[in-house]
Amino acid sequence: MVVQSDVIDDAGPYDRAKALSAFKLGDVTFYWITRLSAISVLLILGGIIVSLIVGAFPAMKEYGFSFLWTQRWAPSADPPVLGALGPMYGTLVTSFIAMLIAIPVGLGIAIFLTELCPQWLRRPIGMAIELLAGIPSIIYGMWGFFVLGPFLANTFQPFMIRIFDGVPVLGAIFAGPPSYLSTFNAALILAIMVLPFITSISVDVFKTVPPVLKEAAYGVGCTTWEVVRSVVIPYTRVGIIGGVMLALGRALGETMAVTFIIGNSFRISSSIFAPGTTISAAIASEFAESDGLHQSGLILLGLLLFVLTFFVLAAARLMLMRLDKKAGK
Amino acid sequence: MTDLSVSMSSNAHLASQPLPEAPAKVTVRNLNFYYGEHHALKNINLTLGANRVTAFIGPSGCGKSTLLRIFNRMYDLYPGQRATGQLMLDQTNILDPRLDLNLLRARVGMVFQKPTPFPMTIYENIAFGIRLYEKISKSEMDDRVEKALRGGALWNEVKDKLNASGLSLSGGQQQRLCIARTVAVRPEVILFDEPCSALDPISTAKVEELIQELSENYTIAIVTHNMQQAARVSDKTAFMYLGELIEFDDTSKIFTSPSDRRTQDYITGRFG
Repeated sequence: MVVQSDVIDDAGPYDRAKALSAFKLGDVTFYWITRLSAISVLLILGGIIVSLIVGAFPAMKEYGFSFLWTQRWAPSADPPVLGALGPMYGTLVTSFIAMLIAIPVGLGIAIFLTELCPQWLRRPIGMAIELLAGIPSIIYGMWGFFVLGPFLANTFQPFMIRIFDGVPVLGAIFAGPPSYLSTFNAALILAIMVLPFITSISVDVFKTVPPVLKEAAYGVGCTTWEVVRSVVIPYTRVGIIGGVMLALGRALGETMAVTFIIGNSFRISSSIFAPGTTISAAIASEFAESDGLHQSGLILLGLLLFVLTFFVLAAARLMLMRLDKKAGK
Repeated sequence: MTDLSVSMSSNAHLASQPLPEAPAKVTVRNLNFYYGEHHALKNINLTLGANRVTAFIGPSGCGKSTLLRIFNRMYDLYPGQRATGQLMLDQTNILDPRLDLNLLRARVGMVFQKPTPFPMTIYENIAFGIRLYEKISKSEMDDRVEKALRGGALWNEVKDKLNASGLSLSGGQQQRLCIARTVAVRPEVILFDEPCSALDPISTAKVEELIQELSENYTIAIVTHNMQQAARVSDKTAFMYLGELIEFDDTSKIFTSPSDRRTQDYITGRFG
């Protein structure tokens, strides 16, 4: 109040232009603050890419494209032989298996929570999902190492190996011997870790389906399953795929838990019960003791992960666009 | 308004002699309905005549939509809502807890206030409901879809774009698509819950005309806020107020000489 009366006293009659110019300054400041915040994202992203490329350059020069299809990883050989095939394969396979498990289970939980679950059970299950997302990945790693690994090696793995023994293709995928540390264990842990992403995003998008649309589907005589399959999921498809992509991004890059339980073997095995490695696990377990070309090779691995993630996300976008076209939009 | 008076005077129902009494299709006896503690419908008694159009009018919150949603047990989707009393569809007790709801809803179709096309193509919107009950060949399905779309007075507008999304149609077309979809399942009763409230006058006229045509083959119940609409399309009109059925009679009687004071006040626009 005091300031205002001063202004009026000084300027005689109320000076509107002057008052507005003060606003204008505020507006310009606001504009630049928000603009700089937005630009900083580009700068940080660009900086990371540039420093990755600079760090990876010696390895790129040394190995060229053969880095991509060499399986051998012998950093202590002279000269070191480095190939990214094992980690790339492991990254893709663990993420693929993780999504194979997590998508149906996650969607199943979401459907149950939104369409079928009695009211009193909704909160406990919802909270359990939230808590699952809050567990630090190192805890998953320890649990996988001490509890899940031995359990799977003693029960599930021998069972699968026995069942598929001699079956073509599947026999090779589920080949023995059982192991505490394996690609499959890592994938299972990843599935548990990404489950909350898929579930909570699906629950959120399922809630956006207008009740009247569901009523209309029930009104022509649909069962709950038919309503979910033909109305709820098509209506929320974009949101679900978004959630899956977020989960996939997490699975591709997840480091600590995977490093604990995947076994860090660069050899590619057809069996998912054999140890393997992923890009991030390889970097995490070797970076501290690396130097020279070895370190550059690890940075190049990191760059590859970056590119891999980018392509996976781009492919998902493309898929989405084609789906839309098919649905007649 | 001239349009209205023409269609009203050309409407045979408003002629002096009332229609012959139709056999009962749906019988409601001492029906009460509760939203949790709230007593929303009180002792409703009425019958829907076979192949007749029955209109439900009354101010907002009087329970007419609630009543409609009991006819196909739509309220079952929500916990805490329950109905007591007797509600018969021919010989079937609609309120029987063991009743197969999917079959009931195949017999009692519903068209909603807002158009609700499913997120799929126009063709699939129709075929979807048929496929739930019948396994038929592609060519038979094509016939059924065409028939249903003709039944919905939509065929000529969409026959060249059956593979376009149902959502690409205009509001009025979407609503007729929903009617066609309901008809495709071959129900016995069709419930309309304010079917024209989101439509422009021309689309409204088309839907009203359609309702008249449908009444040759189906028993129809329509909830509407538009009294001219009730007068135009219905044979019988029920006036509801605060959860009670105040008056239920031939439409011509309700709109010319209602016996209850409140009905008179409502139709002359004194409240509501």
